[in-house]
Amino acid sequence: MTAALLTIEDLHVSYRGRNSTAHILDGVDVTIGRGQSVGLVGESGSGKSTVAFALLGLLADNAEVSTRRAAFDGHETSLRVEETRALRGTDIAMIFQDPMTALNPMFTIGTQLVDIQRRRFPRESRHWLWARAATMLADVGVPDAAARMNRYPHEFSGGMRQRVVIAMALLVEPKLLIADEPTTALDATIEAQVVEVLQRLRQRTSTSMLVVSHSMGLIAELCDSVVVMYAGTVVEHGPVQVVFSRPRHPYTRALLACEIDPYQAFDPSQDLATIPGTVPDPARRPRGCIFASRCPDRHDRCGERPPHRQAGDARAYSCWQEAS
Amino acid sequence: MQAFFALSRRPGGTFAALTVTLLCLVAIAAPLIAPYGPNAIAPANRLMDPSLQHVLGTDHLGRDILSRLIYGARVALGISLSVIAISLSAGVALGIAAALSPRAVDLAVVGVFDIVTSFPSVILALALVAVFGPGLGNVVLLVSIVFIPHFGRVARAQTIAIRNSPFIEAEKVLGAETWRVVLHHVTPNIIGPIFVLACMDIPVVITIEAGLSFLGLGVRPPLASWGNLLNDGYTYLDQSVWLATFSGLALVLATLGFALLGEALRDTLDPKLRKAL
Amino acid sequence: MTRPVLTLDNAVVRYDRFTAVDNVSLELRRGETLGLIGESGCGKSSIARAIVGLQPLAGGTLAVEGETVKDASRQRRLVLQRRIQLLFQDPVASLSPRLTVRALLSEPLKIRNAFTAENWGRIVALAESIGLGEQLLSRYPHQLSGGQARRVALIRVLAAEPSIIVADEPTAGLDISVQGDLLNLLRALKDRLGLSYLLISHNLNVVGRVADRVAVMYLGQIVESGPTAALFREPAHPYTQALLSANLTLDPSRRHDRIVLSGELPSPANPPTGCRFHSRCPLVQVRCATEAPALRTGEDGRAVACHFPLAATPTVIPQAIAG
Repeated sequence: MTAALLTIEDLHVSYRGRNSTAHILDGVDVTIGRGQSVGLVGESGSGKSTVAFALLGLLADNAEVSTRRAAFDGHETSLRVEETRALRGTDIAMIFQDPMTALNPMFTIGTQLVDIQRRRFPRESRHWLWARAATMLADVGVPDAAARMNRYPHEFSGGMRQRVVIAMALLVEPKLLIADEPTTALDATIEAQVVEVLQRLRQRTSTSMLVVSHSMGLIAELCDSVVVMYAGTVVEHGPVQVVFSRPRHPYTRALLACEIDPYQAFDPSQDLATIPGTVPDPARRPRGCIFASRCPDRHDRCGERPPHRQAGDARAYSCWQEAS
Repeated sequence: MQAFFALSRRPGGTFAALTVTLLCLVAIAAPLIAPYGPNAIAPANRLMDPSLQHVLGTDHLGRDILSRLIYGARVALGISLSVIAISLSAGVALGIAAALSPRAVDLAVVGVFDIVTSFPSVILALALVAVFGPGLGNVVLLVSIVFIPHFGRVARAQTIAIRNSPFIEAEKVLGAETWRVVLHHVTPNIIGPIFVLACMDIPVVITIEAGLSFLGLGVRPPLASWGNLLNDGYTYLDQSVWLATFSGLALVLATLGFALLGEALRDTLDPKLRKAL
Repeated sequence: MTRPVLTLDNAVVRYDRFTAVDNVSLELRRGETLGLIGESGCGKSSIARAIVGLQPLAGGTLAVEGETVKDASRQRRLVLQRRIQLLFQDPVASLSPRLTVRALLSEPLKIRNAFTAENWGRIVALAESIGLGEQLLSRYPHQLSGGQARRVALIRVLAAEPSIIVADEPTAGLDISVQGDLLNLLRALKDRLGLSYLLISHNLNVVGRVADRVAVMYLGQIVESGPTAALFREPAHPYTQALLSANLTLDPSRRHDRIVLSGELPSPANPPTGCRFHSRCPLVQVRCATEAPALRTGEDGRAVACHFPLAATPTVIPQAIAG
């Protein structure tokens, strides 16, 4: 069995302020296998984007990152900025949420697509890089790709720009592609197109993917497994279909209950589900289970940190409740 | 206010705050702190060097220089604050009105602003006073006219920046009348930079007033304007340096103080403005 | 038959270079929530702005409870327009930054010359009933959380005593764990105060659950409208079908029917000829490029603008290409 591409054990990220320390990530474990697509799902304050940024060393200077163990592509790493910087644009590529600001408005798409490859292919000619870029552009579904290489970002629509950004990421042939809310800013029919591009990519290459999103629907469509995060902690993880259809953790259950299915019969006078309360202050994390204050199944033991429970193959959750 | 603490952190800020405060106090308390009356003529004591009785010396008519400087502060501040007050009110009103008016009206107002600002302010002030005659009232009015476009332009630009903001639109949908929108929503949100501009214009007005007085086109003697003092000092420079020196020094300190205050305010208010907006 | 509380007839909204809304007619019935869905450039925001009076109508009429706004006297027009209020997409930005919450909440009363102790008391009580305590009255908008700002904006709108509220993307940016809260609140207020809502949203799940009827817009026109459940289950217009199928879903079985449209959204400044959707329609025929289809209303209250609307059965037999 091949080793996982990325293993992170017990990731902690905190920011030290004047009077207090904000703990953004508290013991996060993430494993991504080769060719596997993992989704990080969570709401605001879950810390999901922080995990992605920590991997690439993109956190602010005053961030304190520590991990018990981290390994990428067989090499141990400390996730310090010096080490992660070497991975950027070569082994790990990232696409961000806003296609409007991801591209430099001053240069043509072609120039930017060529530039991005220079780190990976330092000795190749511009001509070769240009041709490669044009092919990739066509591959991600940009019509008339050869001519479009000479255009500027403002001449592209949002969906097209996101495809350009995906092309840029793929051109460096990364082992891991990180997508941070890749379709949030896009219209529904355009989102469907970009999802299709990413799905085709998964079928054709062995690139692993880490998708960070608040949208469970997106993760359900793009990912093999899902990591559910709440307030800087992983509460549950496992194969995406299993976790979403038979959730074990109360937060996952509550979150899924809030998803609205417009095709399901419903009683219009009945209230929609919500999770009352708010995410705890990162500077004042409760000692026991992080979700206890909002959990409908809360009981006395929850004042203590809950154990990890295995629930089958590659599936685990952190809760005092026994499997039901 | 947090502004003062922020001010003291800037290099010139403390000096500026102290100088300006001192100036204001001196101007207000002039009759109480001036050792002599400003017009106390004593020909026997003319052009004396600084001494215990006359700390800064006397001028060509035997008047105490210190006292005249103190009263001069009144004139400097009084005139500059009046001018700023008038031109700010008129300028802001015109600027806001232009920004909210139909394009043709707006362009006309901008045109007038451009014409007035195409003249260097000192030259324009000179020309106007030369036409309409000197004197306290005229100086205040005419210099105000010169500065109206100054505030008008900033007010107009600021208003244009926010006139389509969601909160202004929200007021319109709620049915707020135009005057309400202008008074309660536009004005408070644009006044920040205008206030800073006013602060930085005060030394300019002080200088213009002093310049006009120096040329004999400002306030009429025997009213103690630093400009008049400087003029007198210049005339009698070969006989005594003190009048010219101290009145010049007063002008330098006052303008420096206000200029630094304006800059410090601009720097402290800006990030807060950005955060608040 | 009760008169609709809001009627838009053949509305046209134009900006400098293009027509954002082209001949749109809508009817909002009392107590109902009408959803308006569509993607960028469809004109739904322009319609919202025209209805609340922020954008003039270049053509067509707006009527509130049968009274045409255009024909009313200036005084009456202000009264009618005030009956339609808007919930902005960004609640914090819609609150004047230099006013306290107290000033913000009392303003709608002052505008109506109704700032009495009694009315103010009612506003404060209403605010408390939805979670805005008295301690918030002295705060400024930038000191409020997103949720609090949203509620302040809501109370302001209600203080103007509207009969119609246009909600512009009310759940945009909200986590799904709190979106239910807001939607439940809006529904409770609607029932309690007898309001009618025009819900503008790109969130198909929310619209599907919350709206009684839906109108689908594409490039400035309504392509389909009707009761929500029926429209979602059996869309008649190919665009509606594609739009609904594009919705990301947790249920893998539903993804098989996904229709991925080709091409990009055309620019509203340069719409395609004939049927505006023909350039991306998977069922396009020759006629579609030359002749624009009219919006036809059926007996079941459903309207569709298509030469070859989808039948109820899944297989569609395209009509002969006769032109």
